[in-house]
Amino acid sequence: MPEDSPNRRSLSRRKFLRGAGTAIAVTGAGALISTKVNGDATEPAEQGGTAQEGLVDVTLKVNGKTHQLKLQPRVTLLDALRERLQITGPKKVCDRGNCGACTVLRDGKPVYACLTLAVDAQGSEITTVEGFGTPEKMSEVQQAFVEKDALMCGFCTPGFVTAVTAALKKNPNADNEELRRACRGNICRCGTFNRVFEAAVEAAKKMKGA
Amino acid sequence: MQDVRWNDPKTTQYVNKHVPRVDGPGKVAGTAKYTFDIVLPGMLYGKILRCPHALATVQAIDTSAAKAMPGVRAVIEMAREGATMRYAGQEVAAVAADSEEIALDAIRAIRVSYDVQSHAVTTLTAMKDASRVSAPEEQARGQDPGQFWSSAAAVIEEEYYCPVRGHLCLESHGIVFRWDADDRATCWVSTQAVHGVAGELSGGLGIPQENLTVICEYMGGGFGSKFGAGVEGATCARLAKAAGKPVKLMLDRYEDQVAGGNAPDAYMKCKAAMAADGKLLAIEADLYGTNGPGRGWGVPFPYIYGVPNFRVRTHSVSTNAGAARAWRAPGHPQASFLMESVVDELICKLGLDGVKVRQMNQGSQVRSAQLELGAAKIGWERRNKNPGQATGRYQRGIGCAVSTWGGGGRGGSRCDVKIGQDGSVWAGIGTQDLGTGARTVVAMIVAEDLGLPLERVKADIGKSSLGSSVGSGGSVTTASIAPTIKMAVLAARARLFETAAPLLGVTAGELECAKGRVQARGNPSKSLRFEEVCAKLPAGGISESGSWNGALQQGGVAGAQFVEVEVDTWTGNVRPIKVVAVQDCGYAINRLTAESQVIGGVIQGLGMALLEDRRMDVPTGRQLNANIESYRVIGAMEVPDVEVVLFDTHDKVAGIGEPPVIPTAAATINAIYNATGVRIRTLPATPKRWFDALGAKS
Ligand code: FES
Ligand code: FES
Repeated sequence: MPEDSPNRRSLSRRKFLRGAGTAIAVTGAGALISTKVNGDATEPAEQGGTAQEGLVDVTLKVNGKTHQLKLQPRVTLLDALRERLQITGPKKVCDRGNCGACTVLRDGKPVYACLTLAVDAQGSEITTVEGFGTPEKMSEVQQAFVEKDALMCGFCTPGFVTAVTAALKKNPNADNEELRRACRGNICRCGTFNRVFEAAVEAAKKMKGA
Repeated sequence: MQDVRWNDPKTTQYVNKHVPRVDGPGKVAGTAKYTFDIVLPGMLYGKILRCPHALATVQAIDTSAAKAMPGVRAVIEMAREGATMRYAGQEVAAVAADSEEIALDAIRAIRVSYDVQSHAVTTLTAMKDASRVSAPEEQARGQDPGQFWSSAAAVIEEEYYCPVRGHLCLESHGIVFRWDADDRATCWVSTQAVHGVAGELSGGLGIPQENLTVICEYMGGGFGSKFGAGVEGATCARLAKAAGKPVKLMLDRYEDQVAGGNAPDAYMKCKAAMAADGKLLAIEADLYGTNGPGRGWGVPFPYIYGVPNFRVRTHSVSTNAGAARAWRAPGHPQASFLMESVVDELICKLGLDGVKVRQMNQGSQVRSAQLELGAAKIGWERRNKNPGQATGRYQRGIGCAVSTWGGGGRGGSRCDVKIGQDGSVWAGIGTQDLGTGARTVVAMIVAEDLGLPLERVKADIGKSSLGSSVGSGGSVTTASIAPTIKMAVLAARARLFETAAPLLGVTAGELECAKGRVQARGNPSKSLRFEEVCAKLPAGGISESGSWNGALQQGGVAGAQFVEVEVDTWTGNVRPIKVVAVQDCGYAINRLTAESQVIGGVIQGLGMALLEDRRMDVPTGRQLNANIESYRVIGAMEVPDVEVVLFDTHDKVAGIGEPPVIPTAAATINAIYNATGVRIRTLPATPKRWFDALGAKS
């Protein structure tokens, strides 16, 4: 039986898309597209328990702590962190991999938490911006962001801090250009870029000095 | 207390200096809680179903399937049967459910039938239907412009267009609403006006305003789009009431872009004349633009430059697209692009010096000096004297443009300052920090006049339970709150001196606060530690408040910007190289955050010049790019070097949140012309537009 046959008992393609939280089918497109693209006008959403069905056990290791959750498989790592664990440093902005505000480290590498399913993040060490330092004891990168005023509203800031931290972890000798490239996947609407780059260079200097 | 002034910058420790923001650590460490971050026990998630048609009548709404879904706690119809939906994205119904996922499923299960009508979603298509165009409003001065067309040294006749742009605040619009009793509630709102929202929502809900606490400790950008809680705010409150639980309702990116406001467009047909010496003579123009379904569109035109003879007709066009809202310096960036393009075309026709001609045609000495300074900083003499003559793949050029803004403050605010017997200092005012640094301004002013380290002051903002304050729009915040804070801390300090004077054996008038001590002025040997004085305060310590003092602020700011670009003539790609932004800032309370504001304005202005464009699909009436991947904004790789010059003009506070965004796009377009001799008259200046303009030229 073909994968996407609606009769396949285990997981229809449509259900999978809904269940998996794929950006276009579920999260980003929102209500409007769903009425059209998913053809719900002719095919009513299933009733009776579908929304609750299929909760799975998920174990997440975040900032060194292990958390047990029961989630639908479609729940993204971002929503699991923010809404279930109240780890709200990573921000939800585009929910489809365009802005970098949700960036976290997965085994040390930056990933978009909005494009990562919580179930898939199991077995990895997740580090969020909260894991780098606290307001009282900031990391070098965090400290440099504050000193250089590399933030205004601050909503993009955890993403930038994470991207820069990851870049410096990967290459402590990263130069201005490389640090700028590390921020390619992040959007700041307030327009703090210039000072973000300054802060990144400053942090690199300090980290090498230390 | 009448003759109050701002502190002499030579003597200050914080005020008028570069001070890192006090809430920076919380923001970089991810502990600052925005509205979007609020999670309450038992909280439900709200979602809104939106109309997919640009113009339609609702025939029937069937919510029964949604109501029957497990986990759905409330369903509300936001549109009635028979209601007209005026844009794709207008609210139809809302649900609250145990999780966001269930809420999404539930709105999908709502059945709505529509009678769809034919729409018009852009100004240019809607203009063809006379019923959508308001009767023109005409403004005129001097003689009939028509008499200059044959005699003037330079005349141009052109059309210009600047598209609708989005706000794209990274934190979308939204609210978390909790009923604490039948007529008492608390809500967290991403807003530019906590007191304004308290009035709006309590009125709408029919509860006393003092029973509603509105909280916005941190907010992820507003840019003019977040004054009210809006229809989603009131809906969230209703859902929470119906479900008997708190509800969080944050718009997603799509919703935010179609329904959360935008900056209106501007289309202009214009004829203009300049004399051989560069004096503007005459302008005749027809301006069109849309605020969405409503009317009342307009931009200030002619802009800044004195035009002795003009006739300008403004036509407001109604379209089936989301409504406009204030967008950082409403109308000015558009006006600047239109006016500066016209002026630059005339200047270039005559081969004159763009800086000199601009100085000659406007009346502000400050702006004139700014043009001079900016020209020196960017190296204006390096510009192409003969645009279009350069050869080679990459061609560079420089352009400039100017701005004007108010930035004065308003009365009606109250700041409270409390000093405890334990030496603690608290200052509260019901303002909000949009990223501008308002919280830091509170702490700085109080710390300065009490001679304390910044971290000793607890600055409390972002709650409607605090003293009233203005909404943060029109760049009025700093000029409205800073004088109020100053008056409050001076009142508190006077009380402190009353206690200290007998202890030190001097009169209160001889005392000052410095370096954590209260001392006889200029005589540290006669002093007490701040805490020692506090310990002697009457029971309850000091609790004083201050109100606005207009003598400490002054509006009316000028600015000038220069942009250097490099155009790749093989691809049409424009790369900004350097921007010099000279901004009149009165007496800057915090130079560091003021500079950040200017940089931010420039970056957004570059986005307007090169990338930002709301694209509507004419056949379906939907926005094609209601997201961040195809509604492009400036990113890391496009950012040029930005040099900010804060142009100190006087010793009174002025707001500068908005003006830095005004002239950047115009200066960029003029720079592209200077580099390549190609005039782009439709924003944004994409590679295709550059090639189109090149083709039109030959
Ligand atoms: S929220 Fe994940 S990239 Fe934008
Ligand atoms: S600081 Fe506001 S979006 Fe970057």
